[in-house]
Amino acid sequence: MEIFNTLTAVAMPLELVNLDTDRIIPARFLRKPRSAGYHNWLFHDLRYQTEGLEDPGFVFNHPAYRGAKILVAAENFGCGSSREGAVWALAGAGFRAWIAPSFGDIFFENTFKNGALAITLPAGKVAAIRKLLVDLPGTELTIDLAAQVLRLPGGATEPFDIDPFRKQCLVEGVDEIGLTLSHEAAIAAYERRQKEIAPWL
Amino acid sequence: MSGLTLYEKIWRRHEVATGAGGRSLLYIDRHLLHDGSFHAFESLRAGARKVRRPQACFATPDHYVPTANRANITDPDALQKLAQLETNTRENAIVQFGIHDPRQGIVHVIGPEQGITQPGITLVCGDSHTSTHGAFGALSFGIGASEVAHVLATQCLWQRKSKTLRLNVNGVLPGEVYSKDVILALIAKIGAGGATGHAIEYAGSTIRSLSMEARLTLCNMSIEAGARCGMIAPDDTTCEYLAGRPYAPQEAEWDLALQFWRSLPSEADARFDREVALDAATLAPMVTWGTSPEYAVPVSATVPDPALESDPVRRAGMEQALRYMGLAPGTRLEGLAMDRVFIGSCTNSRLEDLRIAAQVVRGRRAVIPALVVPGSGLVKRAAEAEGLDRVFIEAGLDWRDPGCSMCVGMNGDLVDSGQRCASTSNRNFEGRQGKGARTHLMSPAMAAAAAVTGKITDVRKLMGH
Repeated sequence: MEIFNTLTAVAMPLELVNLDTDRIIPARFLRKPRSAGYHNWLFHDLRYQTEGLEDPGFVFNHPAYRGAKILVAAENFGCGSSREGAVWALAGAGFRAWIAPSFGDIFFENTFKNGALAITLPAGKVAAIRKLLVDLPGTELTIDLAAQVLRLPGGATEPFDIDPFRKQCLVEGVDEIGLTLSHEAAIAAYERRQKEIAPWL
Repeated sequence: MSGLTLYEKIWRRHEVATGAGGRSLLYIDRHLLHDGSFHAFESLRAGARKVRRPQACFATPDHYVPTANRANITDPDALQKLAQLETNTRENAIVQFGIHDPRQGIVHVIGPEQGITQPGITLVCGDSHTSTHGAFGALSFGIGASEVAHVLATQCLWQRKSKTLRLNVNGVLPGEVYSKDVILALIAKIGAGGATGHAIEYAGSTIRSLSMEARLTLCNMSIEAGARCGMIAPDDTTCEYLAGRPYAPQEAEWDLALQFWRSLPSEADARFDREVALDAATLAPMVTWGTSPEYAVPVSATVPDPALESDPVRRAGMEQALRYMGLAPGTRLEGLAMDRVFIGSCTNSRLEDLRIAAQVVRGRRAVIPALVVPGSGLVKRAAEAEGLDRVFIEAGLDWRDPGCSMCVGMNGDLVDSGQRCASTSNRNFEGRQGKGARTHLMSPAMAAAAAVTGKITDVRKLMGH
């Protein structure tokens, strides 16, 4: 998994509230193996008017945001289905971080499992950042994970919170299953006790 | 100090270890798998890891299975997904209710039906509607593919405790108003992100009076309010439902389990981070007009006007929803023409749902195409044993084999672009039932009324209430 330190990149604003994972990647593409390249279907039905014909009105197709690695979204981004394909599609298209006032819980968890970062900031601040990105397309933001700050053009900064464990996983690229298996003795002890007090399980 | 909630009791009992940042390693008692779980098996294989506790896992194909002509499946992707699940479960010694097993069905229907879902357990599945199982007083939530692999390998999951929200519903539900209407009313009230970061507990006299099936519908849509899990304290209804189920505890273990289950309800002095109340007597059949479950209104209402919304982001969301749905503000929902009907999904495909729908269509005639997809092979058999299949078929509805079907369309049961579907499923997202499809969520009674009238119809009027 790619290590996450400091990221300076173009940020893309997405104004849609409750943008669900069905719209991030429609269900009909989930039958493909991940190796088929989930980025091909990122925002598919928002991106294309008909097959292959891009909708110039959709922000993703705006030339100024090509190469964006940061996404600044609205409330409840990534709500709905648990499909991890939504994160794979975003990551495959080069995005490494998303900022929103709130996220769908499962999407939020899936983000960190893939070396990407989800940052929650107050709605007013996120709206102001989106406005900045709409007014000045192609604007770059910097995310300094070690310092836990988002740096805006002109020197303004926004501190953000992150679970220390998630931060460690991103910075070090931890193998979470391996880490959990290091608790083997505790897991085995739990299972022995469960067998005694709840033998039906 | 205040007493513990149901959620906290289950949490404490399952803590294996604690880590930095308030994280706990929770033991997972039951893990449900389906034909979309192949990614997790692939990553397990890539990491050369084994399934730690196969007997805690149960699998069934549901997302990709065809609902017709099962004797002769031709869709290569469906065949491949079925073969993959067959191989992955066989190689790992996991019980599978396969495509030709009468117990096959939607994971969230068969878990309860088989007695796999029980009070006080932790249960996960790579599907967001895993919140369904909370109806038994289980801590149950959906996870992504990486976490599925993690649970397969370790039987545990790192979690941070959620805040708690209690929804109190008291009073008697009016005629033709069901738990589907309760949950749509709740989501309309608090929003699709209203319970994000919270575990919901449903409580109050209305909830206590609901059958297990109605409770499953309620908990199923907790995720549509943003909550990963929704739960109901186990009571006599829960225990009676479980007695004698194949994977429920038997004999001496049953008595031991009962004792444990009786200790689970939240203490009288337990404190919740938030409380929300709904008065059952004021509820009406609900219908959604937009592309988020929060866009739900009583059937007698009109489509709201975005111009009256002061928040610009929310206003833009409503405008986009209306564009997609092809609706104008002020349009009456009652009488809005539908193109097709879907009765099914993990929300509303159980025997009780089918009975309610059959009662509405009995002696009437469907005027638009309508699909009825039972939640499992056993639901299908039980429905046929009491003649519900005849009622549907004689009324001109299409009686199918079990699966997720038109809720998500992954098996090819799709709604055409621009068509309106009266659906008992859980999501009206853009493109959910097919590209350009327009979904109106409602109860099985309301969907059945739409089938026989071809439009959104107040089922209370149709049934003479």
